[in-house]
Amino acid sequence: MLEVQNIKKSFGRLEVLKGISLRVEKGDVVAIIGPSGSGKTTLLRCMNFLERADGGTLVFDQDSFDLAHISKKEIARIRRKTAFVFQNYNLFLNKTALQNVMEGLIVARKLPRSEAEGIARQALEKVGMLDRENHYPRQLSGGQQQRVAIARAIAAQPEIIYFDEPTSALDPELTEEVLAVMRQLADEGMTMLVVTHEMGFARNVSSKVIFMENGVVVEASGSKDFFQRPRQERTKEFLRNISKSPQKEN
Amino acid sequence: MSERLWGILIDSFPKILIPGLTATIPLTVIAFSLAMVIAVAAAMAQFAHVPVVTQLCRFYIWIFRGTPLLVQLFVVFYGLAKVGIRIDPFPSAVIVFSLNEGAYCAETVRAALEAVPSGQLEAGYCAGMSYLQTMRRIILPQAMRTAFPSLSNSLIAMVKDTSLAANITVVEMFRATQKIDARVYEPLALYIEVGLIYLLFSTVLTWLQGIGEKKLGAYEEG
Ligand SMILES: Nc1ncnc2c1ncn2[C@@H]1O[C@H](COP(=O)(O)OP(=O)(O)O)[C@@H](O)[C@H]1O
Ligand SMILES: [Mg+2]
Repeated sequence: MLEVQNIKKSFGRLEVLKGISLRVEKGDVVAIIGPSGSGKTTLLRCMNFLERADGGTLVFDQDSFDLAHISKKEIARIRRKTAFVFQNYNLFLNKTALQNVMEGLIVARKLPRSEAEGIARQALEKVGMLDRENHYPRQLSGGQQQRVAIARAIAAQPEIIYFDEPTSALDPELTEEVLAVMRQLADEGMTMLVVTHEMGFARNVSSKVIFMENGVVVEASGSKDFFQRPRQERTKEFLRNISKSPQKEN
Repeated sequence: MSERLWGILIDSFPKILIPGLTATIPLTVIAFSLAMVIAVAAAMAQFAHVPVVTQLCRFYIWIFRGTPLLVQLFVVFYGLAKVGIRIDPFPSAVIVFSLNEGAYCAETVRAALEAVPSGQLEAGYCAGMSYLQTMRRIILPQAMRTAFPSLSNSLIAMVKDTSLAANITVVEMFRATQKIDARVYEPLALYIEVGLIYLLFSTVLTWLQGIGEKKLGAYEEG
């Protein structure tokens, strides 16, 4: 369904992505893990054009796009099929929970208000936030905000949702409520590409794991294989470290 | 206080207040509205780094913030007349006050736009919205909320500054007072009287500012 080939990105002299390739099939839940600074966020941002990649190809539903030269129109077309969940939620601060979910439907997809409201309520219900529909982001906890952000993502009925460390800004107690929502989405067959340092999620929920370091993919495999039969020395070392230390590696 | 003085004050009150209602307030309202349009446009252009337009905006702001309002009034009213561009006093004042106020408010709005977290724009993009849609519905409303107290201050300052229009023969409150004073020579009483009317106007505006802030503040409450 989605494929990236040889994506490259530098910030000035700093080469952050050194030719990353990956594939996501419909219904896949792909976890991207790796130490901080390895370029995971940059990868997702390039895939959704929040950064312009220096090179690489994106294949989406058989259509192929040159990432360095993609047009605004094509960007808009691809964004219609994707949604993004940010580490720090990025809910529209001047909009209530319900309005946050409706906004894109009304403005970008031009749905009639009543229809948008119906879809938005359903999405909020799914993440257990319907009772807070009239709250503004600043009146919600981090976990609640992230759940509204997930509702905003699913309301757009995307083919894939990108998550950039959706729980790493949250207290441990709030992490679970967000992970539960993501697990439910995975069970329903939603295609997801999730940058995470929640090893439980990568092991038990995701179908594939990609281990990234220093702008390259070190190892990519099915999640069972990844955790039980890692091939690369570096992967083994990484897995040993995270099982040893109670701290999260991000 | 003598009976004569009371008589003058009571007699002059409507003569000062009426130009206040027919000149000071319309001048303020019209010029400030135009200033807001200029400010938002100039701030948005700079925020988006539109080439050329950004430089023009910087130049415009530099000129209008860097020279006295009184000089600007004289250039437009007396100066331009010399080269055949004759503009009536009131429209001259509207032009100068709009441009002057617009330059200051453009900076306020630009700073407020820059204070909106960049994630808001990115979230708009990811929701499929265009740059302009996100600006209009998400970024600008938040920026205007931030800028509101500062813009209100500018408005209050402007009500008082309109007295400078007296210098280009606009018969607003101050000039009306001068005219009365020329006849009766009671400067202390008359200028205190007009000062109190300005105070009344700014007090009303301050009160409105409070109401506005409360209304806009809804989403700020934690
Ligand atoms: N906008 C930027 N400008 C300059 N450097 C950046 C920018 N964004 C990220 N980087 C750098 O790129 C590297 C990878 O960052 P990032 O993609 O955020 O990694 P990760 O998400 O894996 O922690 C880091 O060294 C970071 O400092
Ligand atoms: Mg990151």
